[in-house]
Amino acid sequence: MSTTSELVAPPAPTGWKRALGKARSNPTTAVGVVICLLIMAAAIFAPWLAPYDPAEQDIFNRLQPPSAEFWLGTDQFGRDILSRLMWGGQISLTVSLGAIFAAAIIGGAIGLVSGYIGGKFDLFVMQVMDVLLSFPSLILGLIVVALLGPELVNLVVAIALTAVAPFARVARAPTMALKERAFVEAGRALGFSHTRVLFRHILPNILSEVMVMGTLWLATAVRVEASLSFIGLGVKPPTATWGGMTRDGFENILDAPWLAVFPGIAILLLVLGLNMVGDGLRDATDPKLRNE
Amino acid sequence: MALFPLPRFAGEGWGGGSAMTGFVIRRLLAAVPTLIAVLTLVFIIVRIVPGDPALVILGDQATPEAIAALRTRLGLDRSLWAQYFSFITSALMGDFGVSMVTGRSITAEVAAVLPHTLDLTIASMIFGVVVGVPVGIWAALNRNGVVDVAARVLSLLGLSFPVFVSGIFLLLAFSLHWRWFPVIGGADLADYGDRLHKLVLPTVALGLIMAAYITRVTRSAMLASLGEDYIRTARAKGVPWRRVVWVHGLRNASIPIVTVVGLYVGILLGNSVLTEIVFNRPGLGKIIVGALNQRDYTMLQGLMVIYCFLIVVVNLITDLLYGVIDPRVKAE
Repeated sequence: MSTTSELVAPPAPTGWKRALGKARSNPTTAVGVVICLLIMAAAIFAPWLAPYDPAEQDIFNRLQPPSAEFWLGTDQFGRDILSRLMWGGQISLTVSLGAIFAAAIIGGAIGLVSGYIGGKFDLFVMQVMDVLLSFPSLILGLIVVALLGPELVNLVVAIALTAVAPFARVARAPTMALKERAFVEAGRALGFSHTRVLFRHILPNILSEVMVMGTLWLATAVRVEASLSFIGLGVKPPTATWGGMTRDGFENILDAPWLAVFPGIAILLLVLGLNMVGDGLRDATDPKLRNE
Repeated sequence: MALFPLPRFAGEGWGGGSAMTGFVIRRLLAAVPTLIAVLTLVFIIVRIVPGDPALVILGDQATPEAIAALRTRLGLDRSLWAQYFSFITSALMGDFGVSMVTGRSITAEVAAVLPHTLDLTIASMIFGVVVGVPVGIWAALNRNGVVDVAARVLSLLGLSFPVFVSGIFLLLAFSLHWRWFPVIGGADLADYGDRLHKLVLPTVALGLIMAAYITRVTRSAMLASLGEDYIRTARAKGVPWRRVVWVHGLRNASIPIVTVVGLYVGILLGNSVLTEIVFNRPGLGKIIVGALNQRDYTMLQGLMVIYCFLIVVVNLITDLLYGVIDPRVKAE
């Protein structure tokens, strides 16, 4: 028995707005947002804010400890660590955002279509996703980058591949529930095409869940990118990457421990900030916790 | 071996007779298609790479004869289907091929170092459970109290540590500053004391994320479990609170905990690569990095297959544990 209110598509933005409002009042989320915004600002404005050229070598100032002149010290080529960290943040953020954006679109579309069509097709698609999910993301990313070559685009592809399956799952479950609702049936009865129902009526309702998932996976993507760079599969030197800087610093750990410590702290802070934001958003959108 | 004593009821547990045997056989059979699917994916991933592997291996300077010879040796001159079937059948029989660089069998190379990686993975898993479960229970019992907030903050921090960063920090503090632990991690497998001593820092570094996840999952699963009617019934019957929590509460909370442990063993295996680099330990990670540097593609493919085997085995064990913990799963 469907009532009139059920015939209307639930107003999706309200849920999302309410979640944002709830997340804003959570101190953890607020701190996370501040951390993320500061790191993003430092990376975006690196060309203007960075005190030195990140690639400029200075043999008279090799392995300098942190000082007033070089706030975070210099590396074995005399390059300023702070400047390299700010520029390196661009790589971390570009790769991670690109990968998660791609994974959310591809995985989301797979989950949406698979859940909507259902039946054997859905079963097959989800089994493929389960197989993909059974690979440890670092190993999968590592092999894909090793085969394709360590380029920025390939890193995005590799990390996106590791995150497609979770997005497919997250988009599929609510789609399956929504397609049984009266407003979908009403849309079809009015003669709307499947595509229109799928993208205009169902998609807006699952967007918030996909976005929360995106924030949480962004933290994983940052970690995987840094790990790949640390192994030596990141964007090639002399481009600064946080993982690559940690690796270079690790080789000089006895003489200059700060070389590995500062990039390590940068990665930790960004992942922590993203996790804080993701946690807050998830708690705010989780129906089980909504009324707490 | 159970870390915590689980209450046993008549007709269940390891010695539960035919029901358990049937359950084990069903699960074992179900793992075969998964394995084939995973192997197929490995095959596809390795094949969709643009370019001729033989050309990539030998470089631009190679003569056409040399390339043709290598293609024959790698079996690349056969049809895709023939390659696929020989890949699947030999992998299922435990033959993962030979290294292109050393010419040695991949199985032998892996078997030589696998104990080191398994040591590390299992130790980290135990560390995660031993730290995560009690802390999670403690936090659940003090909901919104000081312990709970502290556990939440620390687990968030633990989740955010990339393994190589926590490894480097631990190394700096405990090996280079205080000199409690050695910097070089390769141990003599026969010397158990040495093996354990060299395992401590890598285990903490790798197990940190696991401990953080288990803390969270235990907390929320215990909160759900402790709110159930059977807890109130047990309390009303006069069962001591400690027993209610550790036996009645934890047993019912253990399905999500076991799920997370099972899922994260895969992640531990992946992250062990980084731990092995930082602590200079022998293991699969070292082989992977060596294969990457030498562009040893057959070795990479073999390693990927071996990782998949390990993951499928872990999933199988997780499934079997469900049956032990929850009799309803077995009866399905």
